[in-house]
Amino acid sequence: MTQDQGAIVADRIDEAGLMATAEDQLLPQLVAHLREHRTRLRHEWAERIQGAGLLHAMTPQEMAAETTSVYDNYVEVLETGSVQALQRYARDLSERIIPRGVETHEVVGIVLLLRDVLARSLFEKYQRDFALLNRVLDAYEPAANRIANTVAVSFVEERERVIRQQQDSIRELSTPVLPVRERLLILPIIGVLDSERARQLTDQLLNGIRTHRARVVVIDITGVPEVDESVADHLVRTVDASRLMGASVIITGLSPLIAQTLVTIGVDLSKMDTIGDLQGGLEEAERLLGYTAAREDGTGGP
Amino acid sequence: MTTTGPRLVSILRQGPYLIASIHTALDDTQMTDFQHDLVERIGRDRSRGVVIDVAALDVLDSFGTRTLRTIAEVARLRGAVTVVVGIRPDVAFAMVALGMDTGPLRTALDLEEGLDVLDRLVAPGRSTSRSRSTPGSRTA
Repeated sequence: MTQDQGAIVADRIDEAGLMATAEDQLLPQLVAHLREHRTRLRHEWAERIQGAGLLHAMTPQEMAAETTSVYDNYVEVLETGSVQALQRYARDLSERIIPRGVETHEVVGIVLLLRDVLARSLFEKYQRDFALLNRVLDAYEPAANRIANTVAVSFVEERERVIRQQQDSIRELSTPVLPVRERLLILPIIGVLDSERARQLTDQLLNGIRTHRARVVVIDITGVPEVDESVADHLVRTVDASRLMGASVIITGLSPLIAQTLVTIGVDLSKMDTIGDLQGGLEEAERLLGYTAAREDGTGGP
Repeated sequence: MTTTGPRLVSILRQGPYLIASIHTALDDTQMTDFQHDLVERIGRDRSRGVVIDVAALDVLDSFGTRTLRTIAEVARLRGAVTVVVGIRPDVAFAMVALGMDTGPLRTALDLEEGLDVLDRLVAPGRSTSRSRSTPGSRTA
């Protein structure tokens, strides 16, 4: 132990008026060191970030601002041992940078880089006293790992929250029940059908039949990339239930892939009315409803 | 109906059709009584079509479903077409999810639609009968 460090330890004991263990004194010591060399270490870190090609979605000014905040938060957590403020900051940061396309590996990457930069600086400072160095690193490493973990988890949580939010809005938007003519509804489905969406779709369709007094419904699944067995089953049930309510259902836009899937998994589609495309479906629906389409120039309808 | 108390079912005559409304959940005996009464009325009134309105029911169990199917088949043998109307969305989905076999049972959204279906199914063979008084747009 150098003269200088011994003095700090002694000071602290005097201040607190009690015997603190040497370990307790190590963290404040290294925090003081990291604060003192803040500017130099932060520059070193920023260079490492650039060198690793991380965060290129951000401008240099933004980078400078964010790295300063991250650095200060980092040191503060080392000092207080409380990650709450950091958690808040990490979430806030994630909220700002996720829409700009910053990836999980970048965020985790910069925190790990900072951890390494600081560890190296501690190594340089204490390398003459091997035993002390070991104790310093023992104190530093768990705290640093905890910080990296907190930041990574906060980022992922925020990302998941965004994803959930987007899923919800997709759900809300994606199953419109559209009245096209008296007694005729169209239900275009876009995107992947999972069981939750299938359930919601059934709900909207059956209630839509009642509200609009529909006699024919055209469900267009051109925009559905794939269906699994349970969703196909659900679809069949929905069609049956619609029939019980007095509406005929025509399914259009079955892709070759979905058609083959349905046949392969053996869903009973014999009772399902399917027509190639939406245009054909509408024509059939109008026929069922007794409409006849004719062109004004007399060349005849479809 | 032999049951005393408030009426559980009403069977009304409308031209060549019968309109049977179920007002409340029926137990199995009441359901069977309903079946007998209705089939009896078809012959007495020389009905050509029957609309059974189940809009008041928030559940249709397998016995109920089977009875409706039986009524439709018996009515057909007695010369009348049967349409069940007013199955609610959740009831419809539950029936399908529970795998109830509705067979060739005809269904329509509500009473108006049910009468419309009967007009379409019955009218072609009804050329000499008196026309039922309906709003102009709906005559077959």
